[in-house]
Amino acid sequence: MNFDFSDDQKLLKEQVRKFLADKCSTKVVRRVLDGAETHAAEVWKGLVDLGVPATNIPEAYGGLGLTPLELCVVAEEIGRAAAPVPFDSSVVLATEAIKLAGSEAQKKKWLAALASGEAIGTLATAEGAQPPKPRSIRTTFGNGRLNGVKVPVIDGEAATFAVVLANTGGAGDRALSLVLVDLKQKGVKAKRVETIDPARKHAELTFTDATAELLGAEGEGWSLLERLYDAAAVYFAFAQVGGAESAMWMARDYALNRQAFGRAIGSYQAIKHKLADMYVKLELARSNAYYGAMMLAEGGADLPLAAAAARIAATDAYDFASKENIQTHGGIGFTWEADTQFHYRRARVMALSIGGPLAWKDKLVSRLEQKNAA
Amino acid sequence: MDFNDTPEEAAFRKEVRAWLDANATRKSDDKQSFRARNDDPELLAKAREWQAKKAAAGYARITWPKEYGGRGGSPILQVIYQQEEANYLVPLGFFDIGLGMCIPTMMAYATPEQLQRYVKPALFGEEIWCQLFSEPAAGSDVAGIRTRAERDGDGWVINGQKVWTSGAHYCDYGIVITRTDPSVPKHQGLTMFFLSMKTPGVEVRPIKQMSGGANFNEVFFTNVRIPDSQRLGKVGEGWKAALTTLMNERLAVGLPSGGLDVDELMELARDTDLEDGPAIRNAQVRGKLADWYVQQQGLKLTRYRTLTALSKGQTPGPESSIIKIVAAPKMQDLGAFAMELMGPAGIMKEEVPGAGGFQAQWIGGAGFRIAGGTDEILRNIVAERVLGLPADVRVDKDIPFNKLKG
Repeated sequence: MNFDFSDDQKLLKEQVRKFLADKCSTKVVRRVLDGAETHAAEVWKGLVDLGVPATNIPEAYGGLGLTPLELCVVAEEIGRAAAPVPFDSSVVLATEAIKLAGSEAQKKKWLAALASGEAIGTLATAEGAQPPKPRSIRTTFGNGRLNGVKVPVIDGEAATFAVVLANTGGAGDRALSLVLVDLKQKGVKAKRVETIDPARKHAELTFTDATAELLGAEGEGWSLLERLYDAAAVYFAFAQVGGAESAMWMARDYALNRQAFGRAIGSYQAIKHKLADMYVKLELARSNAYYGAMMLAEGGADLPLAAAAARIAATDAYDFASKENIQTHGGIGFTWEADTQFHYRRARVMALSIGGPLAWKDKLVSRLEQKNAA
Repeated sequence: MDFNDTPEEAAFRKEVRAWLDANATRKSDDKQSFRARNDDPELLAKAREWQAKKAAAGYARITWPKEYGGRGGSPILQVIYQQEEANYLVPLGFFDIGLGMCIPTMMAYATPEQLQRYVKPALFGEEIWCQLFSEPAAGSDVAGIRTRAERDGDGWVINGQKVWTSGAHYCDYGIVITRTDPSVPKHQGLTMFFLSMKTPGVEVRPIKQMSGGANFNEVFFTNVRIPDSQRLGKVGEGWKAALTTLMNERLAVGLPSGGLDVDELMELARDTDLEDGPAIRNAQVRGKLADWYVQQQGLKLTRYRTLTALSKGQTPGPESSIIKIVAAPKMQDLGAFAMELMGPAGIMKEEVPGAGGFQAQWIGGAGFRIAGGTDEILRNIVAERVLGLPADVRVDKDIPFNKLKG
C-alpha cells in the first residue's frame, strides 16, 4: 500500500509553500483584490522561475516532464495561499487542453511558450446567462475566423491566448469544437467584468473575425471538454483542499484567541464541532483527491469516477470551511479588512468554473451506472 | 502511488490465503456472512473453534509478542490477515473486546504469573473477556462511575451496577473500573480490577436492544469479594488504566462490514418506479447517491492512507479519527432514504426485496452513532487532539466526588 506522495513530491510542495508564504501573503491577495492589476505579476514570475507552469509539460516541448502528481502538490499550495495568479486558467485548463487535443505543431508552439512563462492561456466556454451546453453556444468558428462573445473568462486580460468553445455547425453535441486563438490580435477585445472575486480578474472577450484554428477535431469540442474537465477536476480538488485547510486553521487560530463569556470561543462545543466538521470534510476531500491524482498519473480507467468524487468532496470541503471560517470570526470576519473573504470568494469561483456540484453529482452517478453495467 | 503490497506483505498475504483456503470456506460474494445472531450458542461454539485454530497457527494476534502467542509482526500484517479473513465464512466478533482492549490492559498492569495464566486461554478463545466501564449515570462521562470498591482485609468488596457491557452473558472474565475514594475529585478516586464473571454476587441481565438483539447487558455487583491481587495499577490510578483500554477501543470499533451500501441503494433506485420514472433518473436521488458514494470512497481511501503509514512503519496521522463520525450517520441516513424510496411498504419486513437490510441499517445506525464514542464525543476528540482546541469546561473536575450534585 503506497497511497501517498513521495518524499521528493513532498519536498517540492514544501518549496512552493515556502515561496508563497514568503512572496504571496494575504497582503498580496488584498492588493490584487483592491487594485487594478490583472494578477500578482511578481508572484507569477517567481512561480515561473520555480518551473511551476513547466511542471507537467513533457521535456520535448520545453517542460520539466514531471508527472501529474507533482502538479497536484503544487496546486494544493496555490490554493492554500489563494494566490492571485493564472494557475487554474493557464497551468491547468489551457495547458491540459493543448496536451489533450493539440497537434504536434500546436504543442511545439504553445507548450514551449507556456513552460517558459512567455504565454498565459485560458479557457473560454461561458456566454453569459445559462450554463454552457451544446445548444446554447453562439460563438462561431468557420473558415479560420472566430466570432462571438465569451463571458466570464478567467484571466481574459492577462492571457495571451485562449482555448474557446465554439459552434462549428454540427448536430447535437457535435455542434461544438475547441478553437485556439491568439488574443493579441486586432479582432479580439478584452473588457474587464466585475465578479465576486476581484482577486481573480475576469473579462469579456469579443471576437470579430479573429484568426483562429481548431484544437482537436471538428465536432469533438464537447467530449474533449469533458475529458479536459476530468483532469482539471483533480487539480482543482487539490487547490480546493489547500484552500479549505487554510480556512480551517484560520478559524482555529481565531477560536483559540477570541474570548467570550470568560473563555476562548474554541472551548465551546458549537465552535469545536463546527471545526471538527471542517476537518472531517477536508480529510474526505483529501482522500478522494489522492485517488484522483493516482488515476490521473496512471491514466486509470477509474479517472472519470475518481475525478468526479474528488471534485464533489473538495468543493464541499472548501465551501464549508470558507463560510464557517467567517461565522467563527463573527462580525470582524465580515469586514473588508478581514482576510476571511479571500477563501470565501475563491471557494465559490472554483466551485463554479468547471461546473458546480449539481452537474458533477449527475455526472458521477452516470459514470457509476456505466461502471456497474460494464 | 499504488495499492500494491510490498514483497514482504505479498508473501505474507499469500501464506495467509493458503492457510485460509485450507481451513475455511471462501465467501461466494462479499456480502455473504454468518447470518446467525451473536447470542446464538452454536455460533459461539463455532467461533471458539475458529479462534483456537487461528491462534494455533499464529494468526490470532499478529502484533503481540511471541511469548504471548503472537508473532511480533507489524500492524500492517495484522490488517492483511483481517482483509483476507473477511473473504471467508468464519464467525468473528466474540473476542475483539477481550483481545483488543482487556488483555492489552492486563499486559500493562498484571503480574507475569497472571499473564501466564490468562493470556493464552483468551487468545485461543477458551475464555472470553468483557469490559465493565459504562454505568447508568456514566456514559460519555465515564469517570463519573459510582460502582464502589471498598477495602476489606486483604481484599475488596464491590457494589454497584454496570451497563452496556457487550457479551457479558457469555464472558468468563472482565476488567472493571470502580470508585475507591469518593472524597477526592472524580478522576482521582478510581481503581481498576479484573475478576471472574462467576464470582459470587455478579449478576448479568441481558438488555434487549431497539434492534431486537440482546448483545448488551446490565451487570450487577452485590457484595462481590475479590483479592487485592486482582487490582490493575495503583489504587486511585484507575483512570490512567481506563485510558489504556479506551485508546484500544477506538481501534477495535472499526467499520461495520457487509452492510448494504451505495451499490444496493443504486439497485433499489433502478428498480423503483416513481411518478416521473425510475428513481435513478430523479435528480434528488442522484444527488444523494453521489454524496454517499463520495463518503464511501472517502472512508475507504482514508483507510488506505492509514495503511500506507503502517506499511512504511510510520505512525498513522489523525485522519482515521473521521471514520466513525462519517460512517455511522451515513449508515442511518442511507437506510432511512432507501426505505423512503420504497414508499409506504418501506416499513414492512421484506414486502420489497432487500427492505430488511436497509431497515437494519436504519435501526443499527442509531446504535452505531453511540457505541464506542458518540458522534459528539468523537467531534470533541477531533477538535481537541487534532485541532488543539481547549477541552470542554468541566465544572466537576476539582470537586470531591461525594460533594457533586445528582
